[in-house]
Amino acid sequence: MKIAQKSIKFLTIVAISLFTTLSFASESNKTDNQNDGGRVNTKQEINDYIKHHLADSHDFSLFSYTSDAGERKHVGFSLPVIVWTSKGLVTFMSSEFHHNDDGHVIVEKDGLKLAKIHSKIYELDNGATQVSFDETHHAKNAHKILDFSITKSVVGILIAAFLIFFGFSKLAKQYKSKAIPTGLGRALEPLVLYVRDEIARPNIGEKKYKKFMPYLLTVFFFIWILNLMGLTPIGFNVTGQIAITVCLAIFTLIIYISNGSKDFWMHTLWMPGVPKLLRPILAVLELAGYLLIKPFSLLVRLFANITAGHSVVMGIAALMLLLKAEFGTVGATGISFFLTLFLTVIEVLVAFLQAFIFTMLSALFIGMAVEEHEHH
Amino acid sequence: MYNLIGAGLIVIGGGIGLGQIGGKAMEGIARQPEAAGKIQTAMIIIGALLEGLAFGALLLGK
Repeated sequence: MKIAQKSIKFLTIVAISLFTTLSFASESNKTDNQNDGGRVNTKQEINDYIKHHLADSHDFSLFSYTSDAGERKHVGFSLPVIVWTSKGLVTFMSSEFHHNDDGHVIVEKDGLKLAKIHSKIYELDNGATQVSFDETHHAKNAHKILDFSITKSVVGILIAAFLIFFGFSKLAKQYKSKAIPTGLGRALEPLVLYVRDEIARPNIGEKKYKKFMPYLLTVFFFIWILNLMGLTPIGFNVTGQIAITVCLAIFTLIIYISNGSKDFWMHTLWMPGVPKLLRPILAVLELAGYLLIKPFSLLVRLFANITAGHSVVMGIAALMLLLKAEFGTVGATGISFFLTLFLTVIEVLVAFLQAFIFTMLSALFIGMAVEEHEHH
Repeated sequence: MYNLIGAGLIVIGGGIGLGQIGGKAMEGIARQPEAAGKIQTAMIIIGALLEGLAFGALLLGK
């Protein structure tokens, strides 16, 4: 009971601290939609919104709307922008861009001119005062710079890291005093045992699985928690960022390459029991499989599943706007609500399944690499 | 236009593959219900490998 009370208190504090920093700031006019009285095309807006959600952004916007006066209002809070420019490190808050994403707002810092185009920060060349675009809509007189900003995804990762740290340090502490954990730990323990007994042991083998347990557990809970966070209305899409999944796949690649046994390299590079002429061809195929195809399929599966799930859920939710004419307000909302509910329940399953699959295949690849064959 | 046709072909291929995996797994479970857990795990792994292939193709075609 005490832990339940404490965790409710903790969650309330987190929620309050999140929402007190809301800044109802910044209004930017959508200049390109002025001719229809500031109102935007519904289909276009839905499309833009889904695209905006799927991409990482420099500010944490919760929702936005067009007011009756035709102004675009954004509700959310800004995040710090940290960039490495030609004149060194520059930091400022993303609110200085006023939610502009097409390079019209120029921020001046230490004589540098910075613009944000499609969620990427560009530095303007010397003498330029405005970004000019060529026919393919690439900036002509600006170049990309190294961006270390605390973006929305980074905030998501930090929250996930905090949740994992909080939950598991609590679980670990409990083992010192009692054999059976209570509270949150009781929910986490079966999952840890599941990863050990169903994923690590059968795939890596009884002798060597212990060394890889920390990685497998971290990757499992990282992906699972971030997938679940993506289903909350706060709207993180971290595991749907290809950069994140590339990093996770590279971790797995490094781990199974650096732990490869002698037998593994032998079987990859000079396969025994095969005609000598075929061995180089097999070596090329095996190397391509281990170095490229396996990590690529790992990263693409996670990325595409989460991206597809998010865009389908958002598209179905947006159906209520498109079906309003045919079914009326209540009918369209009802259809959209039940379809969204149905899909979200499936997404909860997919969130677990993808975490499981990523960990499972990582364990499988590690198991293939560390396995020692019996010689006959 | 062409990439939409390609996407359709990928979905057809992936659908046939998943159908085969799911159907055979169910057959296996019906024959040997005590092995259901093992069959399910193997089914999910093969399904995931197939999915990776199909998603990779979709991404390349985009």
